[in-house]
Amino acid sequence: MDFLTIIQLLDSTIRSATPLLLACLAGLYSERSGIFDIGLEGKMLAAAFFSAAVAYMTGSAWMGLGAGIAASMVLSLIHGVASINFRGNQLISGVAINFLAAGMTVLIAQDWFAQGGRTPSLMSGGRFEPITLPFADALAGVPFLGPIYAELISGHSILVYIAFAMVPLTWWDLFRTRFGLRLRAVGENPESVDTAGVSVIRLRYAAVIICGVLCGIAGAYLATGLQANFTKDMTANRGFIALAALIFAKWRPWYALYACLLFGFLFAIETRFQNIELLGFTLPVQFVQALPYILTVVILAGFVGKAIPPRAGGEPYVKER
Amino acid sequence: MDKMPAWADAILVPLISLILAALLSSLVILGIGENPIDAFQQMVQGALMQSSGWGYTLYYATNFMFTGLCVAVAFHARLFNIGGEGQVALGGLGVALACLYIPWPHWSLALLGSGLAAALFGAAWAFVPAYLTAKRGSHIVITTIMFNFIAASLLNYVLVNVLRPTGAMDPATAKFPEATHLPSFQEMFSTAETVMFRGSPANISFFIAVAACCAVWALLWRTRLGYEIRAFGHSESAAKYAGINPVRITIIAMLISGALAGMMAINSTQGEAERLVLNASEGAGFIGIAVALMGRNHPFGIFLAALLFGFLYQGGAELAFWSGIPRELIVVIQALVILFTGALDNMVRMPLEKLFLAMRKGDA
Repeated sequence: MDFLTIIQLLDSTIRSATPLLLACLAGLYSERSGIFDIGLEGKMLAAAFFSAAVAYMTGSAWMGLGAGIAASMVLSLIHGVASINFRGNQLISGVAINFLAAGMTVLIAQDWFAQGGRTPSLMSGGRFEPITLPFADALAGVPFLGPIYAELISGHSILVYIAFAMVPLTWWDLFRTRFGLRLRAVGENPESVDTAGVSVIRLRYAAVIICGVLCGIAGAYLATGLQANFTKDMTANRGFIALAALIFAKWRPWYALYACLLFGFLFAIETRFQNIELLGFTLPVQFVQALPYILTVVILAGFVGKAIPPRAGGEPYVKER
Repeated sequence: MDKMPAWADAILVPLISLILAALLSSLVILGIGENPIDAFQQMVQGALMQSSGWGYTLYYATNFMFTGLCVAVAFHARLFNIGGEGQVALGGLGVALACLYIPWPHWSLALLGSGLAAALFGAAWAFVPAYLTAKRGSHIVITTIMFNFIAASLLNYVLVNVLRPTGAMDPATAKFPEATHLPSFQEMFSTAETVMFRGSPANISFFIAVAACCAVWALLWRTRLGYEIRAFGHSESAAKYAGINPVRITIIAMLISGALAGMMAINSTQGEAERLVLNASEGAGFIGIAVALMGRNHPFGIFLAALLFGFLYQGGAELAFWSGIPRELIVVIQALVILFTGALDNMVRMPLEKLFLAMRKGDA
């Protein structure tokens, strides 16, 4: 494998990791507040459709992004109402949201565009175009560092940079602000937060809404950045891989970045190579596909470092007991 | 707080949830510019008005009975087995291996063998998540989701690289031998003059599914093990105090659950396709969640709910064929049923409880 191939592989890693990272951080906010969310997939899918549809109709990628975020927020709020107000089972609510998104996107897409559940391809204005960072072209000739800067770091859409910037931001938000402290507390021990006079309900809604916004950006990136239209089930289980990454990262922002880069790298390998020769063995491509899930099971089993979820996760908060 | 009468809990709550889901579905149909009443008539016409339509409805219902029971048995032990998809896939592999590699003399023996293989494979696939939950404290939902994906990859590998006949293009096994062919309803109920259930896939597995409903009922409410499963589900600490081993119950409940999911493959793989294809479960593993919720985790409720979803599936296919409404409408209805009967259960229950309380006070 030569240097350029490696650069291309890593470049593709970054692009595959971006939606995972956004969805993973979305889940991180939600689960840190004690709301399990297996509906990341559905929210991304809804956002992907509405961003592609609105971007096509208005010709503006930013309008599309707004619509995607709004759609994802609506599903988030349904999840919030079900699991915060009505103390429903959060997992069942998540399953319902995934199906709701899978069905509604195709239904509406067929009604609006009549192309068998797709949206028409986006013209240039409707997409988030790659951004060339300053001096990228000028520095491209520099040996070693030049290609890394010009090919790997430069030349992604704005959403990629937003996603990576979200990592330190989330870390700072969770571990250096009052809001973050309360958010983590409400996921571990909501009674204490309630006793301190802070509203559990409001905090959890805040987390669920942030989760909706991030899933919205992730979906919009899929349909208007990575690709140029919406296709049926285009999230292709990325929401679940993000969930796996979240467990892999033990609900921490920086680890989330590493986990998403790792899973993104597996994506990149999977699309580039069919079977991988390793020490005389041939690894089938299906094994690479299953690797994120296998790794998550191993981590969950506690054989390699134990992943302990927020303690109050999945339990509705009842004030008087 | 006083509770509602049992009949209201068992019938009224699911009924109201179903009506809410139906109303919202109608709004969705209106929203895409179609007439919900016409659509409903079309579905009834396609699914219930001819015996061939019934044949499809019952075929789907058979699948959903197995997966619904799978979810329900686990639910009774307060385990959410979302891994039906993977367990069905592995069950399919068991059926395929049994049908392809054992020379069965007669279909009845083949059914026995393949049913056993399906149950074993499904249970085996549920065993690892069960063990990890019971012993290592992993979360059952996450592990079973992951096992769905691992199963999909495994099946993809096996079908593409191992079981695919040489020269064939699509990832599927060879057709099963003639001797493993299960009698279809068409063969069973047609007379010389009239052909019943023409061309429809319903087959003898339907009766096995019904028998499974009865067996699960007997297991849960008439055996010691069933009592232990339900006690464990109600209160883990009380069950422990009563000397029930939580590890044992978790694993046994999941094994039964997985075996039931796996057995769906005798209907879909041996009964209908007569070879193992990719994605043989067609999402039935997930529909089992809706069926179990709708049926209140009771085998009889699951039987009814499976019929309802069988009707929706067949009706939806007819609808997609004859009108402009895509098949995904069923996915939306399914989502709404899960949402209202599962997640928003308290939204229906709380006002009803208040209503019954007020009525009782009025009497006193």
